[in-house]
Amino acid sequence: MRTKANTWTARALIGASVLFILVMLALPLAMILSEALHAGWSAYWKAISDSYTLKAAHLTLTATAAAVVLNAVFGLAAAWAITRFEFPGKRLLTTIIDIPFAVSPVIAGLVFILTFGRLGWMNPILTAYDIKIVFATPGIVIATVFITFPFVAREIIPVLEARGNDEEQAAALMGAGFFTIFRKITFPHIRWALLYSVILCTARAMGEFGAVSVVSGHLRGKTNTLPLHVEILYNEYQFTAAFAVASLLAAAAIVILVARNIVEYMVKKEDGGHVR
Amino acid sequence: MYVELRGINKHFGAYQASRDVSFGIEEGNLAALLGPSGSGKTTILRMIAGLESPDSGDIFIDGARVNDLPSSKRGIGFVFQNYALFRYMTVFDNIGFGLSVQKTPRAELAARVEELLRLIGMEGMERRYPAQLSGGQKQRVAFARALAPNPRLLLLDEPFAAIDAKVRQGLRSWLRGMISRLGLTSIFVTHDQAEAIEVADEIIVTNAGRVEQKGRPVELYKSPATPFVARFVGDSAPIGDIGRLKGFDGADADVSGVVSGAIRPEFIKIFAPGESVQCESAVEAAVVESVIFRGDALEVSLILKDTRLSARYPLEKETIAAGQKIRALVYCLYAFEGGRTRLLHNACLGRQHDAYSYSI
Repeated sequence: MRTKANTWTARALIGASVLFILVMLALPLAMILSEALHAGWSAYWKAISDSYTLKAAHLTLTATAAAVVLNAVFGLAAAWAITRFEFPGKRLLTTIIDIPFAVSPVIAGLVFILTFGRLGWMNPILTAYDIKIVFATPGIVIATVFITFPFVAREIIPVLEARGNDEEQAAALMGAGFFTIFRKITFPHIRWALLYSVILCTARAMGEFGAVSVVSGHLRGKTNTLPLHVEILYNEYQFTAAFAVASLLAAAAIVILVARNIVEYMVKKEDGGHVR
Repeated sequence: MYVELRGINKHFGAYQASRDVSFGIEEGNLAALLGPSGSGKTTILRMIAGLESPDSGDIFIDGARVNDLPSSKRGIGFVFQNYALFRYMTVFDNIGFGLSVQKTPRAELAARVEELLRLIGMEGMERRYPAQLSGGQKQRVAFARALAPNPRLLLLDEPFAAIDAKVRQGLRSWLRGMISRLGLTSIFVTHDQAEAIEVADEIIVTNAGRVEQKGRPVELYKSPATPFVARFVGDSAPIGDIGRLKGFDGADADVSGVVSGAIRPEFIKIFAPGESVQCESAVEAAVVESVIFRGDALEVSLILKDTRLSARYPLEKETIAAGQKIRALVYCLYAFEGGRTRLLHNACLGRQHDAYSYSI
């Protein structure tokens, strides 16, 4: 249904889109880089090799890795349960999965403060066992997991639903156990969708600001993630450093985008039945 | 009986899929579960396989009750409607799956898969994936996969439904031949009466969760036990009141009150214009509604006493066309009385003309 872009309407629409993308996306990204390198490479290098930056990067990667692993496992379990079994409350569960997408991240952060914080109902138990969640790494991990939970389940459910469970039934009838069925039959179906959702999850986890900001407490070198670190540097008028750190996040985003496109291509190829 | 069901009931919520289903199948027979969609035939098959469990009743295979046996322990090969081939495995791995799950030694597994590939005529294709196979090849792989672990009972759910008409015919006779050669007790589900009649040793007709009749194809065709079977098997046309037809109205027909029935095409003779008629008193006037060329004969749809009937008309006679007034004689019909079916002959002819004088 595509036609050649030779009408005025087409030209106007294309022009408007390109202009909008340039002004709103490309220019700001270019600005980040130009500001970051404003004071030269050595200043840039100094900013990103700063120990606080490295610690923030380390925390961001830890939270992201934890979110990806936990969400992949629980997202898969939830998707499997929802598509393969009938149980009371199934619709409710399907709806609850989407809560993190519907709720503002700041509210999510506050919920954890109210649960695990000094005035939270879990606090007596936590203090008794000397566990720190809020204003510590576990809090940041929990907030990140919460925000990114729907990605995996949401991506896997439609794939499993579309495939039906004939093949799994056939395998079970021949005596295959749960893990054999998952490894040999279910997993090959969903591997690209899983990878795709993991990539989206990674992007979201690395950039998460709102919820993490609330539970972090902004302790430099301790509970500061990269996005939070950018904000602190900026508020302290260290523009070069702020933009240098921001450029790291931008670079990560571009890498993720490229990976996403490759995976998207693979998914399409597979759906078209060309791969095997 | 090798496979036996006794008093099986099954509900899905408020819907009753099986009502007091009981039947048995002899060892080595190929049986068809025949019925319209929603008649409960697939549910019966899935209960035998253990993919569903009955609410009440017992299932026996080879004399042993299998209700509480998981499907993988029942010794069953199952061919799914859409084959359910493992699409990320090669033909080889598909066929060998059941054996590899049973931890069969590699060499033994490979030998068995080779043997089955030869059986289904697909040597050299073991490295292909299901997406690279035609419909007929997929069906044969599904068949081989079900056979690999040497099941004692083979179950096939609508095995020909997903295949185009041209290939289906060849595949039917191939499967029929293969199953009789192996002597494997088999049950298949179908909604196609022609398929059941052609392929099966015995047919179990299901309707609204009940078994209507069980018998050999020829028995079923000649003497349908219930009105449902009479309507469902053969191209029968329903008729509201048989008493309105000449030859079925008198005391000779020994029916009382309004009795409905069904008439098959082979029960009607259409006379050519000018042709001398037999049994003048029973001949009816009718109008030709449409004529379809069927290669070996004409299929004539005619309106006889406000009832639409279908009949055959030989090509060698003087041709007839739509709208033409013709004369026709109904030799016999199925009368429905109290849920049973009886074959009635035209009083004028008596048993001179018996549509089913053959016996197989």
